[in-house]
Amino acid sequence: MKHTIAVIVENKPGVLTRISGLFSRRGFNIDSLSVGATDNPAYSRMTISVEGDDVVLEQVVKQLSKLINVIRVSRLDPDESVERELAIIKVSANKDTRSEIMQIVSVFRARIIDVSPRSLIIEVTGDEKKVDALQQMLRQFGIKEMARTGKVSMVRGSKVVQTGP
Amino acid sequence: MMVRMTGAEAIIECLRREGVDVIFGLPGGVLLPLYDAIYSSDLRHILVRHEQAAAHAADGYARATGRVGVCLATSGPGATNLVTGIATAYMDSVPIVAMTGQVNTNLIGKDAFQEADITGITMPITKHNYLIKNSKDIPRVFREAFYIARTGRPGPVLIDLPRDITVDELEFDYPEVNLPGYNPSTKVHQLQIRRAAEALMAAERPVIYAGGGVRYANAHEELFQLATRLNAPVTTTLMGMGCFPTEHPLSLGMLGMHGTKYANLAVQEADVLLAVGARFDDRVTGKIASFAPKARIIHIDVDPAEIGKNVRVDIPVVGDAKNALAELLKHVQQKPWTEWNEKILMWKREYPLRYVRDENVIKPQFVIEKICELCPDAIIVTEVGQNQMWAAQFFKHKDPRNFITSGGLGTMGYGFPAAIGAKIGRPECEVIDIAGDGSFQMNIQELATAVVNDIPVKIAILNNGVLGMVRQWQTLFFGRRYSHTTLGDVPDFVKVAEAYGALGLRATKPSEVEDVLKEGLASDRPTVMDFVVHRDEKVSPMVPAGASLSEILELDS
Ligand SMILES: Cc1ncc(C[n+]2csc(CCOP(=O)(O)OP(=O)(O)O)c2C)c(N)n1
Ligand SMILES: [Mg+2]
Repeated sequence: MKHTIAVIVENKPGVLTRISGLFSRRGFNIDSLSVGATDNPAYSRMTISVEGDDVVLEQVVKQLSKLINVIRVSRLDPDESVERELAIIKVSANKDTRSEIMQIVSVFRARIIDVSPRSLIIEVTGDEKKVDALQQMLRQFGIKEMARTGKVSMVRGSKVVQTGP
Repeated sequence: MMVRMTGAEAIIECLRREGVDVIFGLPGGVLLPLYDAIYSSDLRHILVRHEQAAAHAADGYARATGRVGVCLATSGPGATNLVTGIATAYMDSVPIVAMTGQVNTNLIGKDAFQEADITGITMPITKHNYLIKNSKDIPRVFREAFYIARTGRPGPVLIDLPRDITVDELEFDYPEVNLPGYNPSTKVHQLQIRRAAEALMAAERPVIYAGGGVRYANAHEELFQLATRLNAPVTTTLMGMGCFPTEHPLSLGMLGMHGTKYANLAVQEADVLLAVGARFDDRVTGKIASFAPKARIIHIDVDPAEIGKNVRVDIPVVGDAKNALAELLKHVQQKPWTEWNEKILMWKREYPLRYVRDENVIKPQFVIEKICELCPDAIIVTEVGQNQMWAAQFFKHKDPRNFITSGGLGTMGYGFPAAIGAKIGRPECEVIDIAGDGSFQMNIQELATAVVNDIPVKIAILNNGVLGMVRQWQTLFFGRRYSHTTLGDVPDFVKVAEAYGALGLRATKPSEVEDVLKEGLASDRPTVMDFVVHRDEKVSPMVPAGASLSEILELDS
């Protein structure tokens, strides 16, 4: 089973290493990990997607909480959260295929952000499934390069994962 | 008022404020400014002969006193030599602060001479670590490091000190600890305590399983009160030896792989198992699926991550053992002596720890019994292997801080330097390292440290000429194919002792054991007692690795 957790960490050197080291040492599987700033410059927020049963998830949360630089660990219930991932994908394109690709792009409400005679760069945001589906559709034209961010996630409504202590 | 001083002076000032009275270390290039500051301070420094020993000595000091132990090593090889000692302390939750020298900040990452990424290397074996890049951070980091090391679940903290920050000046200010991500839990959950109390009151076959957490929390008195009030038998882990007097009728001794048969039988029969400050290590549980199959499990631990890590727990209680047991005591009443207690007494009579005595060959168990008889209040430190198990089994433990052993990591070479640390922490006590001939040779060079600094620890070598514990497994599980476990009869430990200026004594016959011990214990010098024992004596009983505790074997010598 896949779980998503939000981790608020202090912006200190080595924090990412401490977290990734903990995952590999304890045999936890990370599916994706993304890190970015929060509104408070002292803290960053990570969204980690982990694979495992409830016992594993509980250990992940408890072990992460033990790290001194980790301020807060929250499990994000997928049914109550919005999840987004961004991908930019460079696909081969020529006169014959360009319009077909553009149709697909519009169905997915993705955007074209770069055009050249032989390729296009497409930007898409959405949940993991949507990005996967677009990737799948574009494969027939030849994906030359792709960069995905890993997902970020947030609970719907007024509930918040507090940043800072 | 703030005072201006160098980084090195600030470090000494921090150590003074933390109440550090001794550090164990060995200098090197990048540490010259710090050692220069040590030279003009009144801080006691013990010069070791190998940095591994500095870490073990700090660890032994910490275990014997309950205070934070401190060690110091230079950059690169000095720092990496600490690694085994730090890992040993980490596995057994021992509070030490390890300081390492580092190359100048502008050289970090350039593969400079004697550079090693020691914070990277020790990340998985420290509770936390720091690389100080600015001298003004020294006071804050030191204060945090000591706080982190000794609170919550204790553990080692490493501070890496680039040379330039020890030279740069700073305004000394010792700020309060402010660690938003670190809140060691101490308050226990009342509802869980009441549930635990109810389960214990209703239990017909309760067993208490106590670990090192009881010792670190100083909870042995509460444990004693709870056990006697409930008439609940108590078994301890290797780390918990001494938290409950072995001689008490409720004592089951140690459980697990080389535990007593009656402790293991009791755990397998128990209907309620109260685990306190213990972590269900595989050497304790045997095959986990069949561990304590009939029991509801209550688990008290200061580290929430330990609860539910290895076994399912019915009643989790997060909290320090002393608080939690004190709270529990408010909710339990005196229970009678029952059939369960009688059954356990019967098991104890039926399956006592035993060995076959011999008139001609010294039995290692006999040496331990004699040590216990002659010096029951000694601090017993051990090496690793058969010597360690016999020391756990045959000494009558009664004081929680008097049994010091590397449990989690099982580090050969730990005992002797740890004994040096323990002796410095508690000089009024007799400190005896029960050693194997293999283990002792891993840090034998510390005889120099003991002699030069006049630290009269006593080493009792159970000299079987082999890596005995490994040989025992070869005998039992590998058809007596003794691949590389024979050490031979070198060195002559008496001569080695004498070469270092220590006292060396030897016993080769049972009739000599007592005299050697008496002479060794009466000596006011570091003393090596070489007991030549039979090479095929086995540690018994034994639960083979991966087997259930019920499958415990009694082995003949
Ligand atoms: C540093 C280290 N290396 C290897 C081992 C594996 N090991 C465990 S017990 C043992 C034998 C110890 O021999 P000795 O110190 O003579 O003790 P004995 O078992 O003979 O009493 C060995 C090699 C270990 N625990 N630690
Ligand atoms: Mg041996």
